[in-house]
Amino acid sequence: MKSGSNLERVILSGNPAVTAELGPPMSADGSEIRHKAKLLKGFCDAANITDCQTAVVRISSIAGAVIALQEGLEPVMQMTCRDRNRIAIQADLLGAHALGLRNCLCIAGDHQKFSAAGKLKGHPGAKNVYDVDTCQLVGILKKMRDEGLQQGGDKLEVPPRFFIGASWTPGGEPLDFRPVNLKKKIDAGADFIQTQGIYDIDIFRSQMEKIRAMGLHERAAILGGIIVPRTAMMLKYMDSSVAGVSVPKSLIERMAKAKERAGDDKKKAKEYQEEEGIKIAVELIHQVLETPGVKGVHIQAIEWESAIEKIVKSAGLYPRPVFE
Amino acid sequence: MIVGSQKPFDEIWEMIQSFKKILVLGCNTCVAVCHAGGSKEAEILSEMIKVKAKQMSHSIDVNSMSVMRQCENEYLDEFMDNIKSTDLVLSMACGVGVNFLSDKINAVPVYPALNTSFYGGVPKEGLFIELCAGCGNCILHLTGGICPIARCSKSLMNGPCGGTDKGKCEVSKDIDCAWFLIVERMKLLGALEKLYDVQPPRDWSTSFHGGPRKISLEHIKAYEEQQGGQIR
Ligand code: SF4
Ligand code: SF4
Repeated sequence: MKSGSNLERVILSGNPAVTAELGPPMSADGSEIRHKAKLLKGFCDAANITDCQTAVVRISSIAGAVIALQEGLEPVMQMTCRDRNRIAIQADLLGAHALGLRNCLCIAGDHQKFSAAGKLKGHPGAKNVYDVDTCQLVGILKKMRDEGLQQGGDKLEVPPRFFIGASWTPGGEPLDFRPVNLKKKIDAGADFIQTQGIYDIDIFRSQMEKIRAMGLHERAAILGGIIVPRTAMMLKYMDSSVAGVSVPKSLIERMAKAKERAGDDKKKAKEYQEEEGIKIAVELIHQVLETPGVKGVHIQAIEWESAIEKIVKSAGLYPRPVFE
Repeated sequence: MIVGSQKPFDEIWEMIQSFKKILVLGCNTCVAVCHAGGSKEAEILSEMIKVKAKQMSHSIDVNSMSVMRQCENEYLDEFMDNIKSTDLVLSMACGVGVNFLSDKINAVPVYPALNTSFYGGVPKEGLFIELCAGCGNCILHLTGGICPIARCSKSLMNGPCGGTDKGKCEVSKDIDCAWFLIVERMKLLGALEKLYDVQPPRDWSTSFHGGPRKISLEHIKAYEEQQGGQIR
């Protein structure tokens, strides 16, 4: 085994893997992480602890991951290329391993301009780093683990043993280059892949066909991304504004109908849409898992961790495998 | 060329108003092309300062002149006496010119009238776009002549991030995604496979991250000597 993480064990066992996501708070209070960890524990094999997603300052991924670990939830720490150079990255990786973390997802990170896109002020005037990119970051983790060497060549007495993850946007542009994108991340050393949210199953299927033809599905475990829809508005937004995500009209209509059914009752509108959203998520999970070459799902219920239990159970993915 | 734009007039006024004698010094190379700091702009700026001084009842003696380049002795030497005999040089050159002139005259302050922005091209009249970041280790042969360091918002070396949307960068709908362009260009060139290999971490020491840089033509001199004569 490369890392001995629970996620790696589940994947090796041949069971479909389930990962979830936990967003740390914009606060120095770790209790929210503990609370969310309790909601996710037992319903996923590991949960990503995001690394200042949308370039907004939050409890760091490593600290959040350690708190999750204390709660008995296996974390996937995230490392963006945005905020650290190769010195800080490797130092943090050594520290993270020493603290007991075993999964690491490598991502470029949202540009700091993003942080001002919403209601928050963020830090759009920050200086970014991008000393290395995602492929190079994956390569650094692999070199540390498998060769016991730092990127610069110095020896590591005890190498950090991470199960190495990377993200993939199957529906991103240019569409015909995206399989190459994935290939490069796997060539660099990625063990598992979490994809961007999938709503348009046709695009995903056709991309997976190419992936299988390239044999990539056998070299890394691909976990299809599911972003649980919560409102019709959210689906519309995802369709129009999130890069690499397109949402079929039929899904948007289903959510819109659920909302209409509630009439003027706002509470019911929320309830009906959430019910429909969970249904859609479960259907997507089945469709994704039925796609040959897929080894699991990465379910994101953004700021709605409490939905995971129901989704995982309804999808027939409960109980999660347990290893000695 | 080097592209810059004039600072807001209020900011310029703020920094110069306490000086009695000011020379507005234009530079007639790069910044003249981008209509920011050539002789014409130097004249206009000095007129604006005069008008403002009058409005504020300040007595300031303002003159303007221009040289071909403020970054080379050759173009400065004959004017140095003139340039030095002022309380302040308000340079309309790029930052290179301001630095160069400051080092050269030492005892007279040289202030920047421009914000120097980037190395860019002129795709059409009045439009300037950043194309190179002067990284000191060019890889344009691998990327279809499109620089991922200067033109990708994350300086990615191995392909587009997940933020590409309709050919635009995640940072803004007004920014082309460099990697989208690179992939399309490489297809046209029939060289897409060149993008398949993972590019290892770069050695940024050739860029600014190795500290301020210098290039000397010593090696050309040595080569000339070895060849037994001048080659240029
Ligand atoms: S690779 Fe370096 S030298 Fe070449 S265009 Fe880009 S920044 Fe300039
Ligand atoms: S969208 Fe394109 S240009 Fe912008 S950061 Fe991503 S790859 Fe670079």
